[in-house]
This record gives sequence, C-alpha cells and structure tokens, in this order.
Amino acid sequence: MWIYEKKLQYPVKVSTCNPTLAKYLMEQYGGADGELAAALRYLNQRYTIPEKVIGLLTDIGTEEFAHLEMIATMIYKLTKDATPEQLRDAGLGEHYAVHDGALFYHNAAGVPFTAAYIQAKGDPIADLYEDIAAEEKARATYQWIIDMSDDPDLNDGLRFLREREVVHSQRFREAVEILKEERDRQKIF
Amino acid sequence: MYKQHGESFTPMKTYQPFHSRFDPCRPIGKKYYSTPPHLYLGFQPPGLKQFPAQEALLRGTLWEFLYDYYENPYESKRRTTE
Repeated sequence: MWIYEKKLQYPVKVSTCNPTLAKYLMEQYGGADGELAAALRYLNQRYTIPEKVIGLLTDIGTEEFAHLEMIATMIYKLTKDATPEQLRDAGLGEHYAVHDGALFYHNAAGVPFTAAYIQAKGDPIADLYEDIAAEEKARATYQWIIDMSDDPDLNDGLRFLREREVVHSQRFREAVEILKEERDRQKIF
Repeated sequence: MYKQHGESFTPMKTYQPFHSRFDPCRPIGKKYYSTPPHLYLGFQPPGLKQFPAQEALLRGTLWEFLYDYYENPYESKRRTTE
C-alpha cells in the first residue's frame, strides 16, 4: 500500500517555452531506462529476491514514481502553451497528431513503452546488476539532456534527479555486497 | 579533485578519439565521461559527513561524499560558426 503526498519530491521550475526539451525528456518518461521502467522493474523484482534487500527495492521503486511525476510536470510545463506549429517545429508534430497535448509513455523518438524494457531473471545478482546498469544509464541520459539544455531552472531539477541516480546506484551496489557476503560459512578464528 | 578517507579521484575523465583526415566534421578534441563518487566508495563506511537536513533535500543526497555536481563539459567550446 502507498501513501501519497500531494507535492513534488523537488520543485519543478521551467524558464523557457522549449518543446524540444520536452521531447528529449520523454526518454525519461517512457524510455527503456526511464523512470517508469525503473519503478516497474524494482517493484516487480521485490517478490523473488532475498528478504534483506526487499525493502531497498520498495523504497527506490517508490521514489522512481516520484521522479516520474517530476518528469511529467516538466514535459507538461514545457508544452502546455505551445501552439501546434511550435510543437511541429520541435519535432512533436507526430505526437500532436495522435495525442494533442496529452502525455504518453513513449521515448524521445516516439517509440511506445513496452514491458520488454525490463527484466526479472529471478537471479538476485543478475537482477541487481541490471538495476545498477539502469541507474547508470538514467544518469547518463540526464547528463546528455543537461548538455543540450540552456534552461537553468530545468537543469537544476535535472541535476537533482541525476544525483538521485548516483545514490540509488550506490545502494544497489551495497545490496550486492550484502548478498555475496559469506554468511553461510562457519567462521573459525 | 575530491579527497576523502584517504582516496582521491576526479569526477570526470577524458580521452581523445582518433580523427582521420577523411572524417568530415571538425575534430571534437576531447571526449568526456563522468565517473561519479559512488564508483570509488564500496560499501558506505559509518560516520561519513552529512549535509544539514534542509541542504540535503536540495542537493539530492545527505552525504557530502556522494554529492556530484554535473556541468556540461562541452559548454566552453560551443561552436558559433558551422
């Protein structure tokens, strides 16, 4: 069960009308290593992983939904007052033709989200290594978007999200350390 | 350059990709990649320095060691012509 707090994890501010940035941000909305994929991946893996790390997956998976909400807010703010012409010029003409201004779970190139983006191998090490890789890929995506963006307020929010990827990766790496510890072996001193 | 618990590291690395005289774009020169602090931490030891609570909420981490501000490394050489 979840408890919802009606506020964003970090304030989202956008200073320019720039639908092109909204297009890039869709990678983190419905992309292979976006926040939706992350949340679904971690929350689903919880059932078949040793008890010691279930709580970690619950916490991080839940936080990913908070990030998803931030990305949605960014995309919405960057496009809400844009005209169809502006959207077309930003490469969002196809999006407008199908969805008007609605958000949809697809990546920056318009490819719709699929469950094939995520894995649940059932092997705790394989699953955690996938999680670490996903965090690093999301971190890289944030970097590339920051590199292309000249909106300081948006970049501030993106830097917060990138930092969270760093922390999550660290925690998943620690989870691997916990699971590989030789706890079944008798220690004789 | 960060220096904490005896280890030091840089959060950004570079390499120079080969550029042939048949490559049409002007050489980009250095390529950059980020190597954030968590790659050097291992299992987090107890007693690391913390940010004050309010500041931690803004920075995205409680731990000073794990904070890594990212800046576009190519910013300084945005091409005005071409």
